Amino acid sequence: MAEFRITGMHTGVPTHYCPGCSHGLIERLVMESIEELGIQERVIAVPGVGCAGLAAAYYNCDCHSPSHGRALAVATGIKRVRPDNIVFTYQGDGDLASIGMMETIHAANRGEVLTTIMANNAAYGMTGGQASPTTLLGQRTTTSQQGRTVKANGYPVHMSELLSQLDGVYYIERVTVNTVPNIRKAKKAIKHAFQNQIEGKGFNFVEVLASCPTTWGMSPVDAAKWIGTDMIREYPLGVFVDKDQGVQR
Amino acid sequence: MSKVLMKGNEAIAEAAIRCGCRAFFGYPITPQSEIPEYMSVRMPEVGGVFLQAESELAGINMVGGAAGAGVRTMTSTSGPGYALMQEAMSNFSAVGVPFVVVNMMRGGPGSGGILVNQGDYFQATRGGGNGDYRVLVLAPYNVQEACDLIQEAFDLADEFRLPAILLGDAMIGQMMETVEIKDVVRENRDISWATTGWDRKSRPRNVLFSLNATNEENEARILGIEERFHKAAERARIDTYRAEDAEVILVAYGTSARVSSAAVDTLRECGIRAGLVRPIFLSPFPVERIREAVIKPDVKAVVAVEMSRGMMVDDVRLALNGEKPVYLCNRVGSFVPMPDEIADFVKQILSKEVR
Repeated sequence: MAEFRITGMHTGVPTHYCPGCSHGLIERLVMESIEELGIQERVIAVPGVGCAGLAAAYYNCDCHSPSHGRALAVATGIKRVRPDNIVFTYQGDGDLASIGMMETIHAANRGEVLTTIMANNAAYGMTGGQASPTTLLGQRTTTSQQGRTVKANGYPVHMSELLSQLDGVYYIERVTVNTVPNIRKAKKAIKHAFQNQIEGKGFNFVEVLASCPTTWGMSPVDAAKWIGTDMIREYPLGVFVDKDQGVQR
Repeated sequence: MSKVLMKGNEAIAEAAIRCGCRAFFGYPITPQSEIPEYMSVRMPEVGGVFLQAESELAGINMVGGAAGAGVRTMTSTSGPGYALMQEAMSNFSAVGVPFVVVNMMRGGPGSGGILVNQGDYFQATRGGGNGDYRVLVLAPYNVQEACDLIQEAFDLADEFRLPAILLGDAMIGQMMETVEIKDVVRENRDISWATTGWDRKSRPRNVLFSLNATNEENEARILGIEERFHKAAERARIDTYRAEDAEVILVAYGTSARVSSAAVDTLRECGIRAGLVRPIFLSPFPVERIREAVIKPDVKAVVAVEMSRGMMVDDVRLALNGEKPVYLCNRVGSFVPMPDEIADFVKQILSKEVR
């Protein structure tokens, strides 16, 4: 069995994430991918606002943390003037699908040669568990205390499906990290999303169904199970766009 | 380069390119759309980046991303667009990203009107974003000065690590004048702070992030901005016209200053010793220079001339601290105060002051 090792892409600063939170895990997959692809010196991180926004302390590379929702605009600015760098955003569902929806859609539609990792945990974690655009119908949050209803909040937003309609996207896959096999698939998707950027292909988008046991009011184990049942039912896993394979659903 | 006849907006765009601006992100809005139009042609010619953003909100964040990656970058807009940019002005000021924003002022509030106006003075000089931050604001009064000042704005932004605003107006942007645009490309700009990719050898890891872990960090950040801003204040300057022996001083910037210089001549012809003080910097406000020009025994009154409900007049009053009477002569709603109106206003208040 391989020995556990902290990747060189991690600064070594202990993370602040709650027990059972997926961010640390997904970030590790991002960091491992960057290291394995040998792009540590070219990479520039653009962490969105939210729990994962504090990851500027963890990514062992240059980081530009923008205002809430503006990650893909800032990343566009960086990539357009420094096309040889590898630029990625890591955003939550509130950041990417609510306040940053416009920036997300337009960056994808322009086919920006970027890599975007969306951690979809169906809630605003940092501010204490409010409803987000991806909150499931019936899901209780601090701003949908009787459960999300269509009448009050409309339907859950499916970002992977939505972005798949745009000609500018190159690669979209939805994955999760609730089981070991799923973690392996997530790693493969994330690495592929970076590899594409190295080859000048974009836009690359990986949606990761993530857990937030603290705001969901669940144990880490129950949260992982809930992803496997309720979340995957609403947000099916799979490749939505892969232009290398001629796939565009 | 010899003198050429150019429209203000296009001349400003060319001047920016001649001082090394290599990225433009922006959104169309009257009366500045000739700037993105010009940039869309010229940037590719010089190997730069032009991108029409989906909104001013996205555009200014692209500017911050590119400027944060160490490239001379700008955008241009008018009041309603600049309003959308305030979040970013606050955020990028906090992390010391230098870039230039051109605001060709039009009428407000709201959509207001598309003609000349100066109602964005507070928005520009005070900042519409949240928190304790500062920006640099320069105000040209003709097309030549607009070209010179945008080049200076890039240098000041670099030197003080603050965003700089060129505050023009619809008149400056839309009129054609002869200009001579200088080539002042800066070699070896210090971008050691920028996010350019970290080689793990030549410098520490660069992080641009405005959220602070502690009060101490936040305090140090704000005091750093204040220190740089106060250092920039030493550069804040004015121009004067027939002010040396004046008994009444008009204070005006931009197009108002241009009209006011004609009013000075009108008043002089009537035997009234009028002069003009024209702040070139609006932020930091040139307090000391204005005091030197105005706090003189001969000066009976000071008149701020503005195309707004009276904004810069507050800074004039603060600068003079009650030592001279300050009046406001203004028009709103995109009306330009005419030289005769200004002269009549001055005659009226002088008769009051003498009495």
